[in-house]
Amino acid sequence: MGGAHADVSKHMKAYIAVFVALAIGTILTVAASRIHVSTPAHIGIALTIAVVKASLVAAIFMHLKWESAPSIWWVLLVCVIFFVVLMLLPSLTTHDTPPQVVHGTWG
Amino acid sequence: MSAGVLPYTVKPHPVTGLYSGKFGTWLFLASEVMLFGALFSSYVLLRVGAPETGPAAWPSHEETHLSWVIGGINTMILIISSVTMVMAWASFKMHDFAKGRTYLIATWLLAGAFLVIKLLFEYIPKFQHGYVPAKNNFFALYYTLTGLHGLHIIGGMIVIGYFIGPGSSLWRRDPEYYTNRIECTGLYWHFVDLVWIFLFPVLYLM
Amino acid sequence: MSAEHHHHEHSDHHEHHELGFWRKYVFSIDHKVIGIQYAVTALFFLLFGFCLMMMMRWQFAYPLQPMPFIGTWFGETFMPGGVMTPDFFNSLGAMHGTIMVFLGVVPLVVGGFGNYVMPLQIGAPDMSFPKLNMMSYWVFFVGGVIMLASFFVRGGAASSGWTSYAPLSVIAPTGQTYWLIGMVFLITSSLLGSMNFIVTIVQLRAKGLTMFRLPFFVWAQFVTAFLLLLAFPPLEAAGVLQLMDRVAGTSFFLPEGLVVSGQQLVQKREITGGGSPLLWQHLFWFLAHPEVYVLILPAMGIVAEVIANNTRKPLWGYRAMVYATIFLGFMSFIVWAHHMFMTGMGTRLAAFFATTTMIISIPSVVILTALVISLYNASIRFNVPMLFALAFLPMFAIGGLTGLPLGLPVSDIHLHDTFYVIAHFHYVVAPGTIFAIFAGIYHWYPKVTGRMMNSFLGKLHFWVSFISINGVFMPMFFAGMNGMLRRGYDPTAYAYNAPNMGLVKMMSWSAWLLGLAQLPFIINFFWSIKGGRRVSQNPWDATTLEWTAPSPPPHGNFLTEPVVYRGPYEYSVPGPKTDFFPQHLAKAEA
Repeated sequence: MGGAHADVSKHMKAYIAVFVALAIGTILTVAASRIHVSTPAHIGIALTIAVVKASLVAAIFMHLKWESAPSIWWVLLVCVIFFVVLMLLPSLTTHDTPPQVVHGTWG
Repeated sequence: MSAGVLPYTVKPHPVTGLYSGKFGTWLFLASEVMLFGALFSSYVLLRVGAPETGPAAWPSHEETHLSWVIGGINTMILIISSVTMVMAWASFKMHDFAKGRTYLIATWLLAGAFLVIKLLFEYIPKFQHGYVPAKNNFFALYYTLTGLHGLHIIGGMIVIGYFIGPGSSLWRRDPEYYTNRIECTGLYWHFVDLVWIFLFPVLYLM
Repeated sequence: MSAEHHHHEHSDHHEHHELGFWRKYVFSIDHKVIGIQYAVTALFFLLFGFCLMMMMRWQFAYPLQPMPFIGTWFGETFMPGGVMTPDFFNSLGAMHGTIMVFLGVVPLVVGGFGNYVMPLQIGAPDMSFPKLNMMSYWVFFVGGVIMLASFFVRGGAASSGWTSYAPLSVIAPTGQTYWLIGMVFLITSSLLGSMNFIVTIVQLRAKGLTMFRLPFFVWAQFVTAFLLLLAFPPLEAAGVLQLMDRVAGTSFFLPEGLVVSGQQLVQKREITGGGSPLLWQHLFWFLAHPEVYVLILPAMGIVAEVIANNTRKPLWGYRAMVYATIFLGFMSFIVWAHHMFMTGMGTRLAAFFATTTMIISIPSVVILTALVISLYNASIRFNVPMLFALAFLPMFAIGGLTGLPLGLPVSDIHLHDTFYVIAHFHYVVAPGTIFAIFAGIYHWYPKVTGRMMNSFLGKLHFWVSFISINGVFMPMFFAGMNGMLRRGYDPTAYAYNAPNMGLVKMMSWSAWLLGLAQLPFIINFFWSIKGGRRVSQNPWDATTLEWTAPSPPPHGNFLTEPVVYRGPYEYSVPGPKTDFFPQHLAKAEA
């Protein structure tokens, strides 16, 4: 980042805007938890808001939006792929069981 | 570069566009994603596999005795600390050391407030009422996740404290290098905030 | 785990004052000193871990008989009357595995060879983060001390297998807690090191050294570093969870209704249950599978260097090898549950993992085939490093091929937890990786010390090791197929195992012979430091950059900054008068 000072001062507005967005996002998350929906919907809404908030932090606070270096995007992509795999892991394993034995006379 | 001096510690590498510290920090964050990811994954597996009834059943939201108010306040504290952290870096980038240092101190204090609130309003009262890690797997995970997160906050505070205090002499010797290290610290700090953004709804609201 | 990056730039004034003894030799930030520290420490642990196994081999071959000569050294708790207790036997087994993998091989191939050779091969003055590098070593050292200390606590060292499966590991004595804490240190050390390796390889390559001009050894270290970076954290998480189970009374891995020694655990320990032993297995193997590729990739890197140098021709299929390595690294993350086929897994999941496991064998075959084809039409120099590198090829082939029936669920039903499995993985690691390590030591010793190791002792070391190591592990395949189970204290306890006892005795005697075979190596290693034949900068007439630095290289490595003009294996090419064209020469010398 050998950028000029001017670049950074332009970003100040973005920082404040993201802060406001994050605050609103937090309020939304809490509010959404009070609505009575099915558990999967509940999880879906909460995680979607969380992902949006996380993306804002990553893009603006962590400067990804202005980062030209492809290396970081590759690192991030690898992170995301592995995170998704890790999250899917429990659902892959819990419901996959061997075929049930046919019960004979001794139960 | 002359033989023997390490290049690209401050100036970015022509091909990758990164200085080494930033690249290293992002790699470290990748490993942290895997660390917390493994714990979140364990949360999912244990919750899905918990029995329906009995002491090992997953507690309902009321039974967790977690206050979304306290959690929400802590979330806002951490978000504000992320803002002060990036403001600190921006100030250093614009050559304003005093302002940057002020923002660093603000970040540090907010981090401390987060920990104090957690300790005073969550951990201690819970322990006093017997809501200890052994109570059930929800609490076990709650303490493990927030505890590990808390350790990361302490680590961040140590590094930020170093740059407020003894490390600040680097500013005089090489301001660009100092600013870069603040940037790396900031990346770590934003990650810690990120983890909390996921922890809060998962633990406090679901 | 906190983030503390201390990546101070090498300031200019370091050249102007001499560092004291402690900063030069003990707390050095020079990658070469750190590499030697890692290597020597790891070699000690390899020897120690091997001694644990030599003890176990007595109990296998002569069960319940007092161990001669040294039987009384281990006290009445562990070896009353010179006969080891089952618990002590289990400790020896668990610690043998742990020490060999985490304290021996990985620190040696990555921390030792990687740290020392890689910066030299890319023309860098040091690693990107020298202080972090030093920290990595000392954190590893502390982890090692904790692991060794565990032998002296009440109940002895960890005894639940190197895999520490719950729930046994949760209820095991204190040694297991030490194991967990030690692992946290070792994992942290690896994580810090892996970041260093990746950044260094990407950022600090010399001018002209594009990625596809890198020696294969560096590519191997690069992919290995990614495996360490991404695979270790889940085990660290799992370690923390198991520590919580052991120390804080949680039930992450303890199911409801667990009965231990006739009593409900819930009553004995005030736990709630509701946990999953399978969770431990998933988290453990998620690391431990990529870990085995960490064990083999740097070894393949070493073998590639030695083979290219001693065939005096370029490596065949370099590009294929690189792509295969990258593919291998990626695939290694999605095969882990082939260690868990017998856990009651459903057929869909088993089919998925069996498929990925079959696919992952392909890149290994590509790499091995390329190395073998590299020998065709070559002028082979049969020096000591080359002997070990050549032996690696069929040994790794046997290890790899025998893994296939284990990767298919149907045949795994018969072979799981038998000695067949032990034979399979030891073939890849013992006559595989460890032979590659020996090749690397004999090959790079002149660079590190400026002297050559003795060739006669080297050849003696090689031949006796090669024969005896096959004597240890080849019979294991047959014993395993005949039903001999792993981790059994007394192989004569089951009548069906009686026919295997002849093989068991043969394995034990071969193991002891293998132990003796290391003596010429140990003597050679230390004696040659002062007494070995002095050699020039490039005694092997090699092309890669490390051979352009003085032997041993000074602080900062290169007298002038190297520039690279060609690939890493330009042997027997038109142009130069000699049969090699080093990477750093602009033109062939007149």
